Amino acid sequence: MAFEYKRLNKTTKIILTLLLIAGCIVLTYMLDKGIIGTSYTVRIVRISVIYALIGVSMNLVNGFTGVFSLGQAGFMAIGAYTVGVLTIPLASRPNVYYLVPISEKIQDLVMPFGVALIIGGIFAAIFAALIGTPVLRLKSDYLAIATLGFSEIVRAIIANNQMWPITNGSLGLKSIPTFPSLFIPVIISTVGIAFMVLLIKSSYGRAFKAIREDEVAAEAMGINLFKHKGLSFIISAFFAGVGGGLLAAHLTAIDSNQFKIMVTYELLLIIVLGGLGSVTGTVLSSFMICSGKELLRWFDLPHSIGTWKIPIFRPGLRMVIFSLLLMTVVLFWRRGLMGRKEFSWDGIYNFLRRWPWRVRRLIRGDYSKKQEEVTPNA
Amino acid sequence: MDQVTLFQNLVTGVSLGSAYALIAIGYTMVYGILRLINFAHGDIFMMAGYFTIFAVSSFGMPWYITILFVTVVTVILGVTIEKVAYRPLRESPRMSIMISAIGVSYLLVNSATYLFTGLPRAFPQLGFLQKVYHIGDVSAPIVTFITPVVTIVILFVLLYLVNFTKIGMAMRAVSKDFEAARLMGIEINKIISITFVIGCSLAAISAILYFSPRPMVFPFSGFMPGLKCFVAAVLGGIGNIPGAVIGGFIIGLAETFLVGIFPQLTGYSDAFTFVLLIVMLLFRPTGLLGEKIAEKV
Repeated sequence: MAFEYKRLNKTTKIILTLLLIAGCIVLTYMLDKGIIGTSYTVRIVRISVIYALIGVSMNLVNGFTGVFSLGQAGFMAIGAYTVGVLTIPLASRPNVYYLVPISEKIQDLVMPFGVALIIGGIFAAIFAALIGTPVLRLKSDYLAIATLGFSEIVRAIIANNQMWPITNGSLGLKSIPTFPSLFIPVIISTVGIAFMVLLIKSSYGRAFKAIREDEVAAEAMGINLFKHKGLSFIISAFFAGVGGGLLAAHLTAIDSNQFKIMVTYELLLIIVLGGLGSVTGTVLSSFMICSGKELLRWFDLPHSIGTWKIPIFRPGLRMVIFSLLLMTVVLFWRRGLMGRKEFSWDGIYNFLRRWPWRVRRLIRGDYSKKQEEVTPNA
Repeated sequence: MDQVTLFQNLVTGVSLGSAYALIAIGYTMVYGILRLINFAHGDIFMMAGYFTIFAVSSFGMPWYITILFVTVVTVILGVTIEKVAYRPLRESPRMSIMISAIGVSYLLVNSATYLFTGLPRAFPQLGFLQKVYHIGDVSAPIVTFITPVVTIVILFVLLYLVNFTKIGMAMRAVSKDFEAARLMGIEINKIISITFVIGCSLAAISAILYFSPRPMVFPFSGFMPGLKCFVAAVLGGIGNIPGAVIGGFIIGLAETFLVGIFPQLTGYSDAFTFVLLIVMLLFRPTGLLGEKIAEKV
């Protein structure tokens, strides 16, 4: 008997979606008020939603438009520093800029967090527009190197001597006000991701996917390559900047070393694990990686059996495990968690239904792989 | 800038440039054959630095055995990476194999941090290499004067190998057309392995020459040289061995003189390399010595 793919009716789906949203709100509220979890859990959730936003922004360029850009860390740094400089309270400024006083032009400039966040995003987008003109003309691997280079240039500029009165150079910024509530990063990330989902579903999104599949064919169909790649690149940079700003508020202290190329590699791990070209996959894997990174801290601590100290447990093992995970996904599980699919209630429903069916088939001893499922065209 | 400083910068720049040139050859050969930026090449170079430290500090090897040992271990590392991480992805899209290369780079940096800790390690004295030598008013360690000589010798050996031997002919055939070369009975995998052997042994030699005048090795010390040498390979025309050497010299000299003439721009010396890359790619994307390749649909 072949497996039959069944669809849920529309009302059920709407009810389930509303339930999910309500569940998320209740969960966020409970975490925020300390009813469940600890402040540590709240930190993990915060970092996960921030990385989800940045991950989706990176996926927009790399997974949906097929442009292999590695500049995300640079855009994040721009957003983070803008938010940092604009929101540190006046009273703490002399303490932060104790070595070189803050430039007179910005010393009295304090903005509300939301405004600073948007300005940070806009700065990142402007920078992306500037470098996009030359960079997006390049081919795949050259583009990767060039964006990587620009992200390092951003870091070099931030830490450079002439920039001390603004960025505080290598000392970094501290005393950045943090979120009053967990709802703020959650809502901002959700809005950002929703915007990108709508973009992907629009005609622009279809053009992006066409470019990803075949540039020459897309151009022949009348898609302006440069315009669409640029649009995707700039929007991605905007949200990376916003994400960087959120990260600054999450960490409360930032310095230029936090935006090294390793950050981009970690984001790459997130989007590859989630599936290049899947928004829900990225969100899911962002939660998995961010919480996994905290849970695996166990591996960084020394452990012993009786009196014998196990030699392999010492700082750094966690990151080795992470890089091995990335390699495993790349080599053996190239589609990642979701491939190019998105989360859907139909998908979950049939996934759950398929298991009893698989077990039944196993009991009957019917191992024929063919006709495993009948999937109607989506 | 007076004459002594000029010569001092020139010696340093040429030496740095030749070390870059050796790494750039590794990039350019792998790219020529696999059409892959081996992101891990800079980290293989960094690992070679650590291998040298262990050979001298832990095993107390004399300098000539150290060079041999480091080269062999680095080659084993490089060929293993190719077999495990690149070979299974040969038929897959360019992006997958590039992600795999980035994954290897990430793995090597993290493993180095784990195995050797993130703290910088002192690079050992290697025989006569670090003895300071004076020519007139210019003084530098002997290794600074040896590096360009080694690079030039290696360049000519490689040019002979590529242009006048059977293996070289096979390499040229593979880089021209993968499929056609396979149909002609060339063992693709063998040729690719040989390319990695050459690339990695050059990275090992370059690591010894590059780190000798410098005090420290740390897990990230391969990252910037790696990127710069890729830029050097692009400058000279990717896939072109003399081009890579010229590119290496340009980057090395430009970097040294930028810092020498404008000390206030020291922080931007890395950024300058990438500006050079962008300018080059915009005006002459095939590089100084590269051939023009028509885009196939």
